[in-house]
Amino acid sequence: MGIFDYFKAKRAPSSASVAKDRLQIIVAHERSKRHQPDYLPQMQQEIIDVIRKYVEIGSEDVQIQLENTDDCSVLELNVTLPEQN
Amino acid sequence: MAKIIVVTSGKGGVGKTTSSAAIGTGIALKGHKTVIIDFDVGLRNLDLIMGCERRVVYDFVNVINKEATLSQALIKDKRTKDLFILPASQTRDKDALTIEGVQAVLDELSKEFEYIICDSPAGIEKGAQMALYFADAAIVVTNPEVSSVRDSDRILGILQSKSRRAEEGKEPIEEHLLLTRYHPERVAIGEMLSVSDVEDILAIPLLGVIPESEAVLKASNQGTPVILDQESEAGLAYTDAVDRLMGEERPLRFLEIQKKGFFKRLLGG
Repeated sequence: MGIFDYFKAKRAPSSASVAKDRLQIIVAHERSKRHQPDYLPQMQQEIIDVIRKYVEIGSEDVQIQLENTDDCSVLELNVTLPEQN
Repeated sequence: MAKIIVVTSGKGGVGKTTSSAAIGTGIALKGHKTVIIDFDVGLRNLDLIMGCERRVVYDFVNVINKEATLSQALIKDKRTKDLFILPASQTRDKDALTIEGVQAVLDELSKEFEYIICDSPAGIEKGAQMALYFADAAIVVTNPEVSSVRDSDRILGILQSKSRRAEEGKEPIEEHLLLTRYHPERVAIGEMLSVSDVEDILAIPLLGVIPESEAVLKASNQGTPVILDQESEAGLAYTDAVDRLMGEERPLRFLEIQKKGFFKRLLGG
């Protein structure tokens, strides 16, 4: 291994820190889903089906977010409709 | 009333049974009457780790089905006073465990024992949920490795939502992180998640760190809980963990790389 390889190797993040970064992201993502009620995915699907009766949208065009504050829960529904031609 | 402690992890092969055996033995060594229950119905192994596999006559499921009494099924440990083992059934399926059946057995054990250690099966299915349902405390066994840490977080979610304490709105289960198979050398060169990395991600109090040790395999070969090997780092680290579980303060050890001295290197020690 040449001296340049040595410096190159130094600059790359260690595999442990890559592991930590990946874990922090996936664990945060999974925790945010944990407190969702079980019916949410099915509800999302049914809402998509209803909208599809009228407009052509993909499943990724509907975002459902449930936010819990102290005394109320807010269900946020975001539908991206296709551009009109 | 006994304190019920579940040893759980989500992921398999991280050291649940080794830890159940070591910690159960450690608590009994402190003079508390302790029973370790194997919840891994169909894949029993606690008996082998504890070295009592030839003394199993009746099991947990026999007691639940009232085919045997508790005193017939309990195996008294030969080495450690105040320690008993309740083996899992080897033949039946996991549906043999019911909430009512498990509760009846735990209630009866609670009258006689101070500590009940529940050795959970791997996974997040019924068997694992049954093992943690009645727990007062949980020891989450984790390896410093991505899939184990992620699964530990999953099991923490289940402890917080699907246990009896959660369902009844009582004080939550006490959570303890036990990091096992730790290689200080690999952590030092950035090849393995460190203790503080795992603590940052899981955010639960640390009960102990068990270094990777040849003594663990040696102990399981012989059917002796590794905590009885007080010459080994793993045995001493488990003793520290038990002390902390009992509320004593113990500094962490075996986290530094051991530099071999000149003579030790020369002699190949």
